[in-house]
Amino acid sequence: MDIATQSIEGGFADPVFNAQTVFRAVMDAMARPGSVQALSPLAHPPAPLSATAGAVALSLCDNDTPVWLDPRLQAEASVKAWLGFHTGSPLANTPADAHFAIVANPAEMAALDGFSQGTQEYPDRSTTLVLLVDDLASGPSLLLEGPGIEKTAMIAPTGMPRHFVEQWRQNNQRFPRGVDIVLAAPGSLACLPRTTRIKTMEA
Amino acid sequence: MNAQPTEIATYNFAYLDEQTKRMIRRAILKGIAIPGYQVPFASREMPMPYGWGTGGVQVTASIIGPDDVLKVIDQGADDTTNAVSIRAFFKKVANVAVTTETAAATIIQTRHRIPEHPLTARQVLVFQVPIPEPLRFLEPRETETRKMHALEEYGLMHVKLYEDIARHGRIATTYAYPVKVEGRYVMDPSPTPKFDNPKMHRSPALQLFGAGREKRIYAVPPFTDVVSLDFEDHPFEVQTFDQPCALCAAENVYLDEVILDDHGGHMFVCSDTDHCEKRRADPTSPLWGGRAEGAGGGSLATPPTTPTPALRADPPRKGEGKEAE
Amino acid sequence: MYVAVKGGEAAIANAHRLLADRRRGDRSVPALRLDQIVEQLALGVDRVMSEGSLYDRELAALAVVQARGDMIEAIFLVRAYRTTLPRFGYTSPVDTGAMQVERRVSAAYKDLPGGQVLGPTFDYTHRLLDPELAAGADVEAPAQRPVEAEAMPSVSSILAHEGLIEADGDMPLDHVPGDITREPLQFPMARDIRLQALSRGDEGFLLALGYSTQRGYARNHPFAGEVRIGEVELELDIPELPFAVPIGSIRVTECQMVNQFKGSAKAPPQFTRGYGLVFGQSERKAMAMALCDRALRASELGEDVVAAAQDEEFVISHSDNVQATGFVEHLKLPHYVDFQAELDLVRRMRAEYEARESSDTAEEKREAAE
Repeated sequence: MDIATQSIEGGFADPVFNAQTVFRAVMDAMARPGSVQALSPLAHPPAPLSATAGAVALSLCDNDTPVWLDPRLQAEASVKAWLGFHTGSPLANTPADAHFAIVANPAEMAALDGFSQGTQEYPDRSTTLVLLVDDLASGPSLLLEGPGIEKTAMIAPTGMPRHFVEQWRQNNQRFPRGVDIVLAAPGSLACLPRTTRIKTMEA
Repeated sequence: MNAQPTEIATYNFAYLDEQTKRMIRRAILKGIAIPGYQVPFASREMPMPYGWGTGGVQVTASIIGPDDVLKVIDQGADDTTNAVSIRAFFKKVANVAVTTETAAATIIQTRHRIPEHPLTARQVLVFQVPIPEPLRFLEPRETETRKMHALEEYGLMHVKLYEDIARHGRIATTYAYPVKVEGRYVMDPSPTPKFDNPKMHRSPALQLFGAGREKRIYAVPPFTDVVSLDFEDHPFEVQTFDQPCALCAAENVYLDEVILDDHGGHMFVCSDTDHCEKRRADPTSPLWGGRAEGAGGGSLATPPTTPTPALRADPPRKGEGKEAE
Repeated sequence: MYVAVKGGEAAIANAHRLLADRRRGDRSVPALRLDQIVEQLALGVDRVMSEGSLYDRELAALAVVQARGDMIEAIFLVRAYRTTLPRFGYTSPVDTGAMQVERRVSAAYKDLPGGQVLGPTFDYTHRLLDPELAAGADVEAPAQRPVEAEAMPSVSSILAHEGLIEADGDMPLDHVPGDITREPLQFPMARDIRLQALSRGDEGFLLALGYSTQRGYARNHPFAGEVRIGEVELELDIPELPFAVPIGSIRVTECQMVNQFKGSAKAPPQFTRGYGLVFGQSERKAMAMALCDRALRASELGEDVVAAAQDEEFVISHSDNVQATGFVEHLKLPHYVDFQAELDLVRRMRAEYEARESSDTAEEKREAAE
């Protein structure tokens, strides 16, 4: 299949309701950090962009939101063409310009503080990171607490960024500035808003 | 004009176009991630006037889906005209199921009240907000209040509340009573009576706030600390009523004063109409404070309880509900 | 028995039915057609287009009749429709110097290239009610002038030759125009955003503010350098094409206010400008807008901000009549929950006050007795 065909196919079959379904999953996940929201594949982007991450992009990104792609995604012309066709999002030149960043290889990604953190006056002007992970249960456990969590929550995503717990602690300290994370796994997603604190991480 | 409608103007599904919904959805996510912070958003003109719930309507329109069940209240009641109008709007433009039953709703849009029935984790409460800025009446300039929030400089608010105490012996704010969210942002809870403030604290439901005219969205995630501002020697207190609801005998609920004649005759009845109707229809309902095991809701011998600002409605006591006569 | 005095769906439906009846009025009178409104109430239609920010005469006419002639309600109807329309792009800046002018007057010069053209103005009409109009008398065809070969340069460009007026503001080439209908306002505003807000601002509000500057609340020494009304071409840049594509023409009113300026730490003595541009024909609005625009440039020009008309956050936050009417009129919605809370507080405070007074009185009596 050539790039032109690939870029046109694989969008939402029902743009209005699919976008709503994906958004509600992200909203619930953001409101209840660590909770795993099931999401059937509604988008079919070219690899290595995953169905879940692709669906999140379709539901939230458009020509008002510059998107940054990590090198693995940037290397795929078909991914850029697909996102361009379906969302109209411009590609951000640097992570600091990005409203959204989609990262196919979180383990190798740039530091969290390289993305837009927002300002003290406008902390909402920060990057939302969409990290592609293999699953949310078989990686190192993260014990979570903070708003949206009744007592504690547990999540164990695989392939997280290096020194993630330390980087996340620094992200916490920048509050109200800071980035928020959507973890996109096959068939499910979870979120880590900047308010979520990681208590411990088992090896 | 012709009797036949022409194709001169057409509207999109759910009124808002998809690009607008995405913009609002992004603002909602940021609001959730920064509890109590007012996210600026490009509020659209809605087909109802500014000040009549356009912010709440935009939030609801952006989150609602075909599986949702919507409840709309104004002053706690489902049948006030503006609540009826907004409910009809969503029935028309989104064809969603609607209900008056608090427990059956997945989305509750409200103006001025939080339902008496405890909310659950599967519910979203959407507030209509006229003036989202808690500091607005102390400092009218957005340019200044934004700096105060950035610097977490809330001294002005404490001075105002303290002046109240010095002058009136108490904090003379009865509604839109400011709260601090998760120890950081001072937030306006919308013009709900302060009676409802404790319901916001660590609520299992997600609370979203939409201010259309002022173009702000903010949020309180579930299980988030929402603390009403007060002083050690003047702790925050909610309103208490001397008598229970004259219709269902509920205590520790918010009551409306209903004027019966022009000689000062009045009675007090539940502001939350669904709560009141449920209790009257079914005395075994859990709305009777979960203590309805006595047949016919007649645990009438229950000793008087000290009124507390709890969500729970206590059973009626003997002879109550007649005092208005 | 207590009966809730609350409206239901039936009450609302009946109210709307009655509204429709009153809107139509006496059925023996022919119903208005949209073309009658477009043709014969054209300035009302223009105001609705201008403050509704949507250039469509037929929709504006529909809004006027649907609103029973209530202009702000009509503007609201148009806005609520406009907001649902997709955005395809932005036109290139219009060249008002190339306008097909129907009216053009300058108060700054007796004569000038292109001349003074009165056009269809109420100026110099004697405001005498015209019974012949009521009788439906025929109206004679207008006198025609030959097409002017001479260009009609704007007065500001004439002044610019002497270097006595500040240059037109300019924007970087890659400047993306702001859009107050798509982005939340943020203060202080860039001038392009502020002019948009003024252009859709309430005519009456801007008129009063502009008037206040003339009466000394931030006087800015204005001359109506020029007011012109006519058709301008709209062109759209399309990325695939090397040239801008004409997409039609619109009628606008433009006012260039020329203001004497003694100079400040930020700028030398010169003439400065205030600018007004609105859809259709409305000199009052364009001139009021130009006065307000100039007043709002106080900080930029190093002037003291001393009056309401110079206060950007105050002016722009309150100039939108759809927002203003919504919030003012929302006071008729039920507020009884909050009123109950206030009632309770006032009762308690009143009781305490009276208890205090009576104990004070008792104290005084005892002291008097001693």
